[in-house]
Amino acid sequence: MTQVSMTVNGKSVSGDVEGRTLLSSFLRDHLSLTGTHVGCDTAQCGACVVHVNGEAVKSCNMLALEADGAEVGTIEGQSGPDGSLNVIQQAFQDHHGLQCGFCTPGMVMSAAALLKDNPRPTEAEIRKYLEGNLCRCTGYHNIVKAIMAASGQDASSIAAE
Amino acid sequence: MPKDSGIGASSKRREDVRFLTGAGNYTDDINVAGQAYVHFLRSDIAHGRITSLDTSAAEAMPGVVRVFTGKDFEGVGGMPCGWEVTDKHGAPMQEPAHPILAQGKVRHVGDPIAAIVADSLEQARDAAEAIDLEIEELPAVIDMKAAAQEGATLVHDDLNNNVCYDWQLGEADDAKVNEVFAGAAHVTTLDLVNNRLVANPMEPRVAVGEYKRGTDEYTLYTTSQNPHVIRLLMCAFVLGLPEHKVRVVAPDVGGGFGTKIFHYAEEAFCTFAAKACNRPVKWTSSRSEAFMSDAHGRDHVSKIELALDADNNFIGLRTNTYANLGAYLSTFSSSVPTWLHGTLMAGNYKTPVIQVNVKAMFTNTVPVDAYRGAGRPEATFQLERVVDKAARELGVDPIALRRQNFITQFPYDTPVALTYDTGDYNGTMDKLEAAADLAGFAARRAASEAKGKLRGLGINCYIEACGIAPSNIVGMLGARAGLYDAATVRVNATGSISVMVGAHSHGQGHETAFPQVVADMIGIDESMVEIVHGDTSKIPFGMGTYGSRSLAVCGSAMVKATEKVIDKAKKIAAHLLEASEADIELKDGQFSVAGTDKSVAWGDVTLTAYVPHNYPLEVEPGLEETAFYDPANFTYPAGAYACEVEVDPETGQVSIEKFTAADDFGNIINPMIVDGQVHGGIGQGIGQALLENCAYDENGQLLSASFMDYAMPRADDVPFYGVDHSSQTPCTHNPLGVKGCGEAGAIGSPPAVVNAVLDALNAGGKAVDHIDMPVSPSRVWAAMNS
Amino acid sequence: MYSFEFEKPTTIADAVAAMGAEDAQALGGGQTLIPTLKQRLAAPSVLVSMSGIAEMQGVCVEDDGSVTIGGATPHATVAREAAGSYPALAALAGQIGDPAVRNRGTIGGSVANNDPAACYPAGVLGSGATVVTNTRQIAADDFFEGMFSTALDEGEIITSVRFPVPQAASYQKFLQPASRFALVGVYLARFADGVRVAVTGASEDGVFRWSEAEAALNTEFRADALMGLKVNPMNMIADLHGSKDYRAHLVAVMTKCAVQACL
Repeated sequence: MTQVSMTVNGKSVSGDVEGRTLLSSFLRDHLSLTGTHVGCDTAQCGACVVHVNGEAVKSCNMLALEADGAEVGTIEGQSGPDGSLNVIQQAFQDHHGLQCGFCTPGMVMSAAALLKDNPRPTEAEIRKYLEGNLCRCTGYHNIVKAIMAASGQDASSIAAE
Repeated sequence: MPKDSGIGASSKRREDVRFLTGAGNYTDDINVAGQAYVHFLRSDIAHGRITSLDTSAAEAMPGVVRVFTGKDFEGVGGMPCGWEVTDKHGAPMQEPAHPILAQGKVRHVGDPIAAIVADSLEQARDAAEAIDLEIEELPAVIDMKAAAQEGATLVHDDLNNNVCYDWQLGEADDAKVNEVFAGAAHVTTLDLVNNRLVANPMEPRVAVGEYKRGTDEYTLYTTSQNPHVIRLLMCAFVLGLPEHKVRVVAPDVGGGFGTKIFHYAEEAFCTFAAKACNRPVKWTSSRSEAFMSDAHGRDHVSKIELALDADNNFIGLRTNTYANLGAYLSTFSSSVPTWLHGTLMAGNYKTPVIQVNVKAMFTNTVPVDAYRGAGRPEATFQLERVVDKAARELGVDPIALRRQNFITQFPYDTPVALTYDTGDYNGTMDKLEAAADLAGFAARRAASEAKGKLRGLGINCYIEACGIAPSNIVGMLGARAGLYDAATVRVNATGSISVMVGAHSHGQGHETAFPQVVADMIGIDESMVEIVHGDTSKIPFGMGTYGSRSLAVCGSAMVKATEKVIDKAKKIAAHLLEASEADIELKDGQFSVAGTDKSVAWGDVTLTAYVPHNYPLEVEPGLEETAFYDPANFTYPAGAYACEVEVDPETGQVSIEKFTAADDFGNIINPMIVDGQVHGGIGQGIGQALLENCAYDENGQLLSASFMDYAMPRADDVPFYGVDHSSQTPCTHNPLGVKGCGEAGAIGSPPAVVNAVLDALNAGGKAVDHIDMPVSPSRVWAAMNS
Repeated sequence: MYSFEFEKPTTIADAVAAMGAEDAQALGGGQTLIPTLKQRLAAPSVLVSMSGIAEMQGVCVEDDGSVTIGGATPHATVAREAAGSYPALAALAGQIGDPAVRNRGTIGGSVANNDPAACYPAGVLGSGATVVTNTRQIAADDFFEGMFSTALDEGEIITSVRFPVPQAASYQKFLQPASRFALVGVYLARFADGVRVAVTGASEDGVFRWSEAEAALNTEFRADALMGLKVNPMNMIADLHGSKDYRAHLVAVMTKCAVQACL
């Protein structure tokens, strides 16, 4: 066991982990931050996406010890201090960008990373950026629409409200 | 003006807040104090005889609680099948044993052989490697037609052959069918495959079993679409437990799509092992494990023949299908290729003579069961592909050919056992033609051609039988369960309402849409109504969510229960208003006496029900009603879809450029949610048509065993979809007039996509009749160059 | 995963020392290695992370105009920082995996693994790059030795990869639809002294140079020069996603696209 320390959603945390402990396991099992989901074991689905030092990473494909000293952001840290939804979260609700909710934390975290680098992405850029986030419920329509809306673009022209 | 609340309003989903903030409560988020973890040692051989299985070394490994094998389950029931199909000679289907852990033989890659319970998952995996296992490999039965041959290797040694049943529906007189075909002006024939799929809800399956010795009570937390069904099957058929001692909880569930309907061995195992080990036992499937343990979908090989007269009227239809059931009968697998498939072969057309033949086969593959649409996509794909091919052969417009043969009079008795209550297929097609701007297609094709791409337009119609199902009818057809549903409406003293429903929401938005109905009926704010679901200890009973049934069946139960509540509340109101009950009207949350200005508010009446001081003596205190609803018929959503593709003639790459759906779902409660359901179904249908392929090699090894080889549709594989559901013919036999919308997209889209690809190729001068799904670039290129 | 120790050295020297342990395994971004470990297909005693070694990070333009990329540099960094100095390579890096994978996966990890469908081997071989390790410099033509096989010795660490920058270059990737690796990827680089064409995803022998195409393009650098040229389908990979013939066809198509992109 080795001690790992990091900042998660602004709070300093530490715990004893094995070399093989994944960041996703550390978040879920040690910190009970179960909003980060694990949907595959081949780094494809993106349900586990979190931010490490501001960048989107797949937390089930990163050792917890690799995040030692890092600033980690999870879905639990996305809403405001009063629990209110942030712009992206609100857009997902407004535009029905989620159904079962399982991929949603990863989608929101990826969307946040996208909009940080590219505040007004085109539809094609959004679809391309979400290459590493699978959703089985929505057919992606309303996810793409929500991200367009979250970036301040008019999503109303898109077919089918 | 769109409504802003109640029936017809696009109310935002209240469940979203917890999902968007990481506060959902999925089964893997549940950890019970003291829990141990189970790892299943699964066969890596498709077919073999276990000649030696020694777990002693594994039992001595660190952290191991206990190792279970098939021996531990001798005397315990196997996994049951919920539907007995009778074959065309009147004999019951062959029904092999389906043990929790392999007994003597392994029959597919992934078949569980041993279960290791340990303090940690990694310890359990370590111990699994210490199990001494020898399997004598047998020839794998993979190809269905070969499996049907006399003398084929048997998947189950105790069965006569590999045919579960040889089933027929429709015209039983072969001579009569032959006569129709012999007299036809034109016959179109098509051989096709409906590709095997893996449902892949994003949440893998999880089960946590808990046993409390002090009270002799079990709790199973599981990723299920129907917790009561799991409890019933597990208690009655597998473990022999009294239902009142077993609680099954399906909390937030991360998508189902059918594959979480079924009762799985892992659920029974965790429940059993929790008592045997005297510790809670948790199993979390990895995605890789899901590929070889979740029931798969589809996997039909069919030949379909359509007979037309000289005026292009459909006069006869015959299909012969081999349906893969895999190695064992999953919970509802036998019903999918039969009553959910053969009955839909009439489609939207008035074909007078139809004969459907289905041979259901055992093979050394993962069991196959219902996946979004379940049988209906297979029927629609066959029918709409052959209709499209007929149009091309005859040189007629595919829409005109369809319109000419549409059923236009309702109710309509099909030759394959159903009675369509209502529909307007021409009206829906009109909507499609407008919404998809079919008039502009030629210009779009020209623009694609200018870029060097081939453009095609594919049309598809579908009908489905949803809202399953009338219990008396399905009982006659072999169902071993009723398919009603139930709801309890519990009005609290202050007027807020909890509705306990048997339907389970795992993405469908019941928590939002169901309250819209109840609130609308009473005239109160939606926020006053809350839905409770997913826990057998909290809800009356329920058959769960599948087959686009939740609103049509469970919603109807909820309406009935709400009506009972309103009836009783009117009695109380009449007493308070000193009026006759018959004169009491309820509107906008106010009970009033007709023709007067006397009224009393909903909240005052409900309070009176619980503080019955001034109260009618003949009425019981309290305000809570339960209703069970058994539908009188199926519901028949129908629609018309248009897909436009571009094909790159150099690489065969297909891109979906435009997709439009016109659906008739009857009345609609929440249009936003309905659109979302259609989007999701189309996404999965495009996945089936272009990308997804669950394939085995000849030795029964799964070639697409992870997302590295099983191509899931991604955001850049699909376009924005156009969805129109303004064609509405309300269901005639349920109180809401609703038909169900969950499966439509997955049923209606695959033929539209394939038809579009073929249109593109043929327009580009490539005479290609058919390409099997998935229509991958490699296959398109091969077809263009053959 | 089997149990292993984890080391995160901060210098190449310390990494080399850590790699001296029996069954030690270098860890780049882990985007392929961690899934492999989850399947228990590898059992290293110790994983030596390269992510803490500052001298193995970043993109640097040398005096001679070549571009050196630190062995532990993530794909996203290359996509961003090499965009000016070697745009085709930056574009290749920007097509690997997905954004989250690109934030972790490294050039050293990818090149050392030599997955037959990975993108970087095509870029390295197509550029005629030099793989620099803690002990030596290996020319790309000598580095890739077939599927998952390289010239690296036990414990040897890729500290950087040095790319000569061609006059023009292009990477054309046809996606395997599930993994989003290359079903076929062609990296074409046009130097003053000749054209190099490297193909990934297609061959059972891993990344390879298509010498016939190079010869034809050296004679005449235009897409039509490739007319009638085709790699031998016999050596191609056949799987669920494409037949041998299809891959052979795609090699030609992607090469033509690469030529057109360079004109």
